[in-house]
Amino acid sequence: MSSAVNEHVQDLASLRQGQPMFQLIGPDGTLTDAGASIGVSVELAQELHRDMVLARRLDQEALALQRQGELSLWLMSWGQEAAQVGSVRALRPTDMVFPSYREHAAALCRGISPADLMRQWKGAAHSGWNPAESRFHIYSLVLGTQTLHATGYAAGAAMEGSDEVVATYFGDGAASQGDVNEALNWAAAGSLPVLFFCQNNQWAISTPTATQMRTPLHVRAAGFGLDAFHVDGNDVMAVHAITSLAAERIRDGGGPALVEAQTYRFGGHSSSDDPQRYRSADDVAAWQLRDPLVRSEAFLRSSGVDEAYFTDLAEEAGDFAASVRTACRSITGAALESVFDAVYAEPHPGMTAERAAHLAHAASYGSEN
Amino acid sequence: MATMTLGGAINAGLRAAMEADDRVVVMGEDVGVLGGVFRVTDGLHKDFGPARVVDTPLAESGIVGTAIGLALRGYRPVCEIQFDGFVYPAFDQIVSQLAKMRARSGGLLSLPVVIRIPVGGGIGAVEHHSESNEAYFAHTAGLRVVSCSNPDDAFHMIQQAIASDDPVIFYEPKRRYWDKAEVSEHPAHDLHAAAVLRPGTDCTLVAHGPTVTTALAAAAAAEEDGFSVGVVDLRSISPLDLVTLRREASASGRVVVVHEASTFAGIGAEIAAAITESCFYDLQAPVLRVGAYNVPYPPASVEDDFLPDVDRLLEAVDQSLHF
Ligand SMILES: Cc1ncc(C[n+]2csc(CCOP(=O)(O)OP(=O)(O)O)c2C)c(N)n1
Repeated sequence: MSSAVNEHVQDLASLRQGQPMFQLIGPDGTLTDAGASIGVSVELAQELHRDMVLARRLDQEALALQRQGELSLWLMSWGQEAAQVGSVRALRPTDMVFPSYREHAAALCRGISPADLMRQWKGAAHSGWNPAESRFHIYSLVLGTQTLHATGYAAGAAMEGSDEVVATYFGDGAASQGDVNEALNWAAAGSLPVLFFCQNNQWAISTPTATQMRTPLHVRAAGFGLDAFHVDGNDVMAVHAITSLAAERIRDGGGPALVEAQTYRFGGHSSSDDPQRYRSADDVAAWQLRDPLVRSEAFLRSSGVDEAYFTDLAEEAGDFAASVRTACRSITGAALESVFDAVYAEPHPGMTAERAAHLAHAASYGSEN
Repeated sequence: MATMTLGGAINAGLRAAMEADDRVVVMGEDVGVLGGVFRVTDGLHKDFGPARVVDTPLAESGIVGTAIGLALRGYRPVCEIQFDGFVYPAFDQIVSQLAKMRARSGGLLSLPVVIRIPVGGGIGAVEHHSESNEAYFAHTAGLRVVSCSNPDDAFHMIQQAIASDDPVIFYEPKRRYWDKAEVSEHPAHDLHAAAVLRPGTDCTLVAHGPTVTTALAAAAAAEEDGFSVGVVDLRSISPLDLVTLRREASASGRVVVVHEASTFAGIGAEIAAAITESCFYDLQAPVLRVGAYNVPYPPASVEDDFLPDVDRLLEAVDQSLHF
């Protein structure tokens, strides 16, 4: 009986498979068939390559600063530069972004300074920049929460008839959170202008993506009713093209979309992680062949970009590195009393009394405190 | 038995419980191959395999919700929540489901689930990694809430928690994970007894988890000034060992409760009220509280000013003595 029924239903395994990854430039820097037929702007590739080089430099310096005790923690975006730069550069500067906590490359593109980025990881503050100015929300450390914030923000934008796209970044691990699934469903049901951008960097700390999900995320998103795309996240031009397409559809009223970018985090999860415990050297080596920066450089060189571009960029990166170190050392935390000032918008007698009690206590120890 | 760190003692306790009962399963984010971000489950995956030491998807509500299902099926799950600030996605599962299912079933169902939570500040962490949320859970009937403060208790209390047929929120003071001490063969107390670590005739400090060490240091400093200050380690936050608390309060007449959580609606308020209600005529001073201000846990650069330290405890003791 059931075998007879089986013949009349779709093959479920193939439903679960998902789309092939969209790619414009192959790992060796040459154009793929899609790249050759669609075409790739060398000028844009140069701009995006520069963004990626600076972002990686920030990571390297920040990690070194953490080892020197200047930062308490650092979460590397090393390896994910193409996914971040390609996507954020495909948005308008006025489009609001809700990041997770690893989006340093995207943040730099939004004009956020290294000092503003490092303040949080030095333990001097819980956030470092003004989201209204950068259109880049503060980092979210509780995984997945920001996707609902983006969805609500987008509901507001939709009510106002704005053509903004609200983008939100999250990881493959975070996709297991209820919040992310609620956001996907909510945004789809409301046809809200949200661009969900998943950087599938293969790991959630030590847990591989296969432990998080059986169906690729873009298939799941399509099931919720979103336009869903699958892209090579180490191909900056492909990410840029796909995100542009997704954003355009959203802007034209097509409802939310999701981009799943396959990428890889080369570093540990954070400066206190030990990735050697859970992943093999072979795995890392295989991904190293797909390093986004190596790929874009190979593409630029084979496209005839002048050596001067690379030497100028190396010099700029060196200066940038020095500025990162100086910026980090200059970060100082505010005194504890400033915390009391930020809890309520309106006066709160309990808070006023506690602030006064703290100041009196501090004063009783004289200038030491 | 042996000298261990507090983290190592929990690891040894988990191992002992898993060896004694194959229904005990350990689950959580990164508890397997990595051994947890604090390495508290180090080596268990290797020795007990992935079916009993489970790397879960990244979903706290899912962790607690599935642990409830496992418990209904006869297992004794021990869940790890990676950090205190990430327990909130599981809040509904804990307070509405885990805590209440036994009552809802008229006592027919038990949920022997342990939820381990590294708790508190003092390690220079970023936001959501330093919180003390014991009052939320202590307020919910149906849960037991305990907090270890030293390796010996860590070793025995985790096993007692797993053996309990009730759900237990098990707090591990993360800034004490690396503190070393001797671990004894047999437990000195049952899970819900407070421990008098130091008798005192002038004043009694009541602490739990990370602040016990601070309280002991304050009592030692007070002794140098000629005062006898006692220290009680609560160990259990719900239920409270009121017998011990009342006895010590009546003996010294002065009590200072200390915890890292905000004093506002914190568990110190419960202790102060309970002692005042029953020991009013024995008290020489109002029960005082030392805890956090009612603000979110601040950036690490100021946490030393924020956390109750020896000076703030001594100030409160002084205030009590001079009332
Ligand atoms: C709700 C919640 N649970 C647990 C954590 C602890 N934690 C921080 S990062 C992380 C892994 C995240 O993986 P993924 O979402 O794939 O993002 P990635 O770090 O790989 O960029 C975990 C478990 C958290 N921050 N929030």
